Amino acid sequence: MSKAEHGEETRDVTLVEAVNMALHWEMARDENVVVLGEDIATNGGVFRTTVGLKEAFGFKRVMDTPLAENLIAGTAIGMATQGLKPVAEFQFMGFIYAGVEQIISHAARMRNRTRGRLHCPIVFRAPFGGGIHAPEHHSESTEALFAHIPGLRVVIPSSPQRAYGLLLAAIRNPDPVIFLEPKRIYRAVTQTVANNGEALPLDTCFTLREGDDVTLITWGACVLETLQAADQLAEQGVSCEVIDVATVSPLDRDTLLCSVAKTGRAVIIHEACRNGGVGAEVAASIAEGAFLDLQAPVVRVTGYDTVMPYYRNEQYYLPQVEDITRAVEQVIAL
Amino acid sequence: MRQIHEFHVDSTRYLDDHGKPLGELPPQAENTERVLAAYRNMVLTRTFDAKAIALQRTGKCGTYPSVLGHEVVGTAIGQSMTNTDVFVPYYRDQATHILRGVSLKELLLYWGGDERGSAWEHCPQDLPIAVPIATQCCHAVGVASAFRIRGEARAVVCCIGDGGTSKGDFLESINLAGAWHLPVVFVVINNQWAISTPRSLQTGAETMAQKAISAGLPGHIVDGNDYFATAEAVDTALERAYGGKGATVIEAVTYRLGDHTTADDATRYRSAEDLKRAWEKDGIKRLQNWLHGSGLWSPDKEKTLQAECKQTVDKAVADYLATEAEPPTTMLDYLFESLPIALKGQREQIADKYRGGAA
Repeated sequence: MSKAEHGEETRDVTLVEAVNMALHWEMARDENVVVLGEDIATNGGVFRTTVGLKEAFGFKRVMDTPLAENLIAGTAIGMATQGLKPVAEFQFMGFIYAGVEQIISHAARMRNRTRGRLHCPIVFRAPFGGGIHAPEHHSESTEALFAHIPGLRVVIPSSPQRAYGLLLAAIRNPDPVIFLEPKRIYRAVTQTVANNGEALPLDTCFTLREGDDVTLITWGACVLETLQAADQLAEQGVSCEVIDVATVSPLDRDTLLCSVAKTGRAVIIHEACRNGGVGAEVAASIAEGAFLDLQAPVVRVTGYDTVMPYYRNEQYYLPQVEDITRAVEQVIAL
Repeated sequence: MRQIHEFHVDSTRYLDDHGKPLGELPPQAENTERVLAAYRNMVLTRTFDAKAIALQRTGKCGTYPSVLGHEVVGTAIGQSMTNTDVFVPYYRDQATHILRGVSLKELLLYWGGDERGSAWEHCPQDLPIAVPIATQCCHAVGVASAFRIRGEARAVVCCIGDGGTSKGDFLESINLAGAWHLPVVFVVINNQWAISTPRSLQTGAETMAQKAISAGLPGHIVDGNDYFATAEAVDTALERAYGGKGATVIEAVTYRLGDHTTADDATRYRSAEDLKRAWEKDGIKRLQNWLHGSGLWSPDKEKTLQAECKQTVDKAVADYLATEAEPPTTMLDYLFESLPIALKGQREQIADKYRGGAA
């Protein structure tokens, strides 16, 4: 199919629309791609990421499931063993836990267990993170749970362009991918996206801004505050390099270490709580791989080690621009 | 009050405990070749099982779950399925695996701590042994969904124990099978025990089969030690699946004649009398009696079969014992399609650690 027939176009879209564009593109390109989840077909998903798929590809490939997350995960695994490429949606990351046994005990190890006979080319999508004044259980950032599991890739886009390119890459990848969409910025920004079917790599971080004094390492919705902090700090004469990790696992340590070797300082920013977070792995990697380049201790700006507060207090939990600038000032002073 | 629904659960057996027909037998009994092949597979499975336990007891195999008491139902399933169907097992399905083409050596490798034991050359689409209870039921409906999406007249058979019916995976899966009219047959092998927990503590429901009713599916009970009853039930359920008529739940009632695994000691929780009564219902002996009564079997034929089975098992054991472990670096080689850059260093570490040895 030519790109023109495929409906190639370039337009300004939100992250939600970019996800939707990628799903449309890949379902048209590959008849093995199927989508399943709760309220995704007729309703188009509670965030509308799957709007229009049922109309374009029919109920056979766009499936509203019964309300059972464990079943969604396990059914996707069975489908994948038959050569389908399921994109399974969990309505919110807080509801993924019912499916965790299937993801950890089967999706992540089917290839290894069968010595390559069967494998699981599945994308498990879930909106994640806080900041949208949602009820309890709707604001989780538990990417570290999955980053800890061998056999899984954990991918987190933070812009419409990366959402489009990384989702295409995740669907085409022959192994299971946990694809976490930062819902706080689902509609916060628009970006020009070329709907051309071009995927982005799944094994590299994205350097969003080059700088010399400090490396700011982040992912997900925090990328926005981090870039704002970098702007403010630039006015104070501090040059920040900003890296969107994006592919949280397996982790592209080379890009991170090269940057820290250049700047000598690192601040890690993530929304999830601190204890055992992915930031700890990043910090440990820097300690192991760039210790002698460091001019200051690595600092983390993260959520607190507590339950995500209900929304009246969530702004005190989520890293703010001032938290990031303060941390940078702290490491620059050393 | 208006009655909206009533249900019944039927229970089928054709032979008494001694192998005497209780009445007219189903058509499956007329296919002499198939019945004899079934008997051979049951004997081979039991011979293999005894050997696997002996290997574990002598330190030559890991923890192993005996299939004793499941040979009849497992054989009936394996015979009913075609090559293009997909089998989704739990972990006590040796009799079925053998008929599907899994080699005895592969079974030994799996329980003997070697991932190649699930590489299954001859039934590449069958799902591997599932240890986490009932999780395989969700895979079964996923495979069946793939058949439905592609419009293929294929079916899935999924096995599960009585304990597994307590888990959400089973209930969620039969529910989906009903909602989506999926071509899948669930066989609940009710062997009365989930390790030490008796059937009576698993559910207040009178039967496991009636759980099917809640999902809009038919549920049948068969005597799982009655080859004819079990073969007929699986054949019928598969025909129903091929014909687009949806899923079936079969509860095959049997008894776990061995320990849960070689790490278990069933004398801690069940009586010798209970076990003795169960042995009196043994399905292999029952079929052997029927074969004798039908003039299809003789002591000489039995002796020859036992010798053949022993020879087959001994050869597989020799092959298994002669198989060297994989190089340790393989622990990373099958995690992803290709080794991520992030893991290259760890693979080198493993190689260095074993340099000069297996790596």
